[in-house]
Amino acid sequence: MSAAAESPLKQLWGEFAASKLALVGLALLVSVVMIAVFAPLISPQNPYDLAQLDVMSGKLAPGEQAMSGKTHLLGTDDQGRDMLSGIFYGLRISLGVGVVSTVIALVIGLFFGLIAAYFGGWVDTLIMRIVDIQLSFPAILIALILLALLGQGADKIVIALITVQWAYYARTVRASALVEKQKEYIEAAQVLALSKARILFRHMLPNCLPPLIVVATVQVAHAISLEATLSFLGLGLPITEPSLGLLISNGFTYLMSGKYWISFYPGLALLITIVAINLVADQLRDVLNPRLKK
Amino acid sequence: MLAYTIRRLFQSGFVLVVMSLLVFAGVYAIGNPIELLVNPQADEVEKLRATVALGLDKPLYEQYIVFLKGAVTGDLGKSFVFGTPALTLILSKLPATLELAFCALFIAVCLGIPLGLYAGLKPDGVIGRSIMAGSIVGFSLPTFWVGLVLIMFFSVHLGWLPSNGRGETVSVLGLQVSFLTWDGLTHLFMPAFNLALLKLSLLIRLTRAGTREALLQDYVKFARAKGLPAGRVIGVHVLKNIMIPIVTVIGLEFGGLIAFSIITETIFAWPGSGKLLIDSINQLDRPVIVSYLMVIVFVFIVINFVVDMVYSVLDPRVRLGGGAGGGH
Amino acid sequence: MSAVLTVDNLRTHFFTKAGVVKAVDDVSFSIERGKILGLVGESGSGKSMTGYSIMGLIDAPGRIVEGRIVLNGQDITSLPMDQWRKLRGNRVAMIFQDPMMTLNPVLRIDTQMIEAVLAHHDISKAAARDRCRAALVQVGIPSPDERLASYPHQFSGGMRQRVAIAIALLNKPDVIIADEPTTALDVTIQGQILFEMQKLCRESGTALIWITHDLSVVAGLADEVAVMYAGKIVENGHVSAVLDKPLHPYTKGLLESVPSRNVKGTPLKQIPGMTPSLLSIGNGCAFRERCGYRSGECEVAPPISHPYPDRGVRCVHPQA
Repeated sequence: MSAAAESPLKQLWGEFAASKLALVGLALLVSVVMIAVFAPLISPQNPYDLAQLDVMSGKLAPGEQAMSGKTHLLGTDDQGRDMLSGIFYGLRISLGVGVVSTVIALVIGLFFGLIAAYFGGWVDTLIMRIVDIQLSFPAILIALILLALLGQGADKIVIALITVQWAYYARTVRASALVEKQKEYIEAAQVLALSKARILFRHMLPNCLPPLIVVATVQVAHAISLEATLSFLGLGLPITEPSLGLLISNGFTYLMSGKYWISFYPGLALLITIVAINLVADQLRDVLNPRLKK
Repeated sequence: MLAYTIRRLFQSGFVLVVMSLLVFAGVYAIGNPIELLVNPQADEVEKLRATVALGLDKPLYEQYIVFLKGAVTGDLGKSFVFGTPALTLILSKLPATLELAFCALFIAVCLGIPLGLYAGLKPDGVIGRSIMAGSIVGFSLPTFWVGLVLIMFFSVHLGWLPSNGRGETVSVLGLQVSFLTWDGLTHLFMPAFNLALLKLSLLIRLTRAGTREALLQDYVKFARAKGLPAGRVIGVHVLKNIMIPIVTVIGLEFGGLIAFSIITETIFAWPGSGKLLIDSINQLDRPVIVSYLMVIVFVFIVINFVVDMVYSVLDPRVRLGGGAGGGH
Repeated sequence: MSAVLTVDNLRTHFFTKAGVVKAVDDVSFSIERGKILGLVGESGSGKSMTGYSIMGLIDAPGRIVEGRIVLNGQDITSLPMDQWRKLRGNRVAMIFQDPMMTLNPVLRIDTQMIEAVLAHHDISKAAARDRCRAALVQVGIPSPDERLASYPHQFSGGMRQRVAIAIALLNKPDVIIADEPTTALDVTIQGQILFEMQKLCRESGTALIWITHDLSVVAGLADEVAVMYAGKIVENGHVSAVLDKPLHPYTKGLLESVPSRNVKGTPLKQIPGMTPSLLSIGNGCAFRERCGYRSGECEVAPPISHPYPDRGVRCVHPQA
């Protein structure tokens, strides 16, 4: 095949770029990440600096001018916080919480999944039983209960998000590791008397990564959505540093009086983020899947 | 079939015991049970009295047995806020949640299966593609945001539908239901649709995938070769095969509906058990939280059991043995 | 005797993104009542697609672009789909290769049989059931009442194929198309089914088109044989004449690659090369790349010629 001459990465990119929808998703995702990273530089206002907030210019409609002469493109919330800045900073927190919890959960799940697959026997049974029971309950329920028991706070919400996610990774890793385990190169490594840890992490791990990447991409979207939901229910992050979910929750009170923008625009930002991630994940799955079957 | 049923019953019982252990561990062992179970405003003397009264000075296994006894006899403590037994409180709110969940399921099934079937039969048509695109968006939308937009549009902007409460209810077999009165229906529609949306998307994708796969099977070609009308080929040969995974997923997702009703009930102020849970969490009403947890675990186990039974009825390969379907 | 089924210049093409695949390309044959035609070819030669074309079961992106299929004097290619459906399973029936896949796993045998009767006859369910029972007896299935109430997974592969055959026989069709129905079965069962099918067709006067890749099956079963290659019939004629004296180099190659007792000890011959992709044949004889007799004339597609009465061959230098 002619494609064999290209580098694998280039080939992957070619397959990924075959879908215009996925490219749109990727472009959106890159913009969202950029906004989140550079929020302090591009926001018209620091929404956390209470000194900059003026309750007198609260609940301004999009495009309205405040007393200070500033124009608020997306309006302001009840405390006079510029919505656009609030959204930029909120994205930062939502993405941050989503990515951090996903990465930690991934490492934990990876560890237990590999161990279960490699050792088998009662270790495998014990780990997978826990995974099965946990996965038979919806994530939102487990997270809610954990927060109810643990109390609230940024650290608590990250713990809750990690707890609900790790099982997915453990299961995914175990499944692909079991397939890898049957292959000859693992046997060869065992014959060479390489240490268990070396076989696990240097040999089996890299081959389990493609399905893991797909699951992780989807999970980041889930984590962001879940954090927003929990914050919306009042169980998430503190009000002083609002994530998107909290912004939406805050605006919900004013929705009935027609001040839609306080809730609507943060929601739109959340939606764009999640749809962008899902579009990218969908295409990633298609691109990485045939590789798994080989 | 009977042996299978009995085996599944035992399995369910086992999971229930495991879950009660987990709840016990979560509430009694990890947290400070006094803090969890006694009114936070209580003073030191009262706390000490409670410790003895609750048997918290006894060894753990004895405490677990006491907890189990309480759970079996329906005594999981009294609500700090309402002063009534927590379990009774949860159970009184459960019918509203179940009504909402069943209506959502009804909407998801009635729309999802036909739409998915159509998209599976005509995957390349404009309508088929639109259905799929719609389901991807539906999958991405956070439930609470959809609820919010629904209120924004139908209640605030158009003023067509009420945004909170159950509306007028009537009593059926001792239970209050909304769906039999017009006022109740108008109250029910938005929350039910909101709750249904996620499952609707899931059902569309599942039905479409199943249909596409079934259409490639020889038995469908053979059915056509027998000269059956297209309606019978699709309505019987295709549908009956894809119903097996669909029913399984519907059953399992019903638990998800009850969990997600926590969000929907909060947004639409639907007086069900989910809203009660959120209120209780905010008010630190721990006995109610524990009771909710135990009730939900029980409901989930019952659902899983029923799904397994229905599954075995639908698939003759499981029902009539051969043992291939078994396993742990 | 007049032919019950005549296929005339049939062309079934698939319009794919990669190009037009001429799965069936100018195929003609006819078959008389009670006779058996062996349709032989490698996989991808278009033999199954010929069968599906006759059944009207060609799905998009494929369609019949040219030719006539005349059943009992009626050209069915021009019939609306609903009329064609009424013939399917009624006047012309089909049996598929893998009996494990052709019966619907979640429906009982009686459901699957009775619906085939009721699709074509306005009779009571009880009467249809009687007919199904009779059909099961006809194909040698013991205790048919019990069997009717069973599910496919409770049958062995051979039994399932018998059920499929019984379903094909239900409406006493004029033609049955059997698409390699014994390939997936044990050799002993294969023999039984071959013998019974032959008997059933002779007795009922049903014409049988037996699609296979196996010339030795055709030898003991068929009256006529047609050999397909890359969508075209390259040789046809009476079975003993074709097998004794193959005219087309492809038929010859196929015969030489069949193991037989006479030539014990000598290595089997193979046809060199592979079946060409139907997208890249171009003009000319499709077999020319693999043919030992290739010449310049082969660059033009050869027409069918008739060196003997009742024999046809699509080759510019037929062997004899």
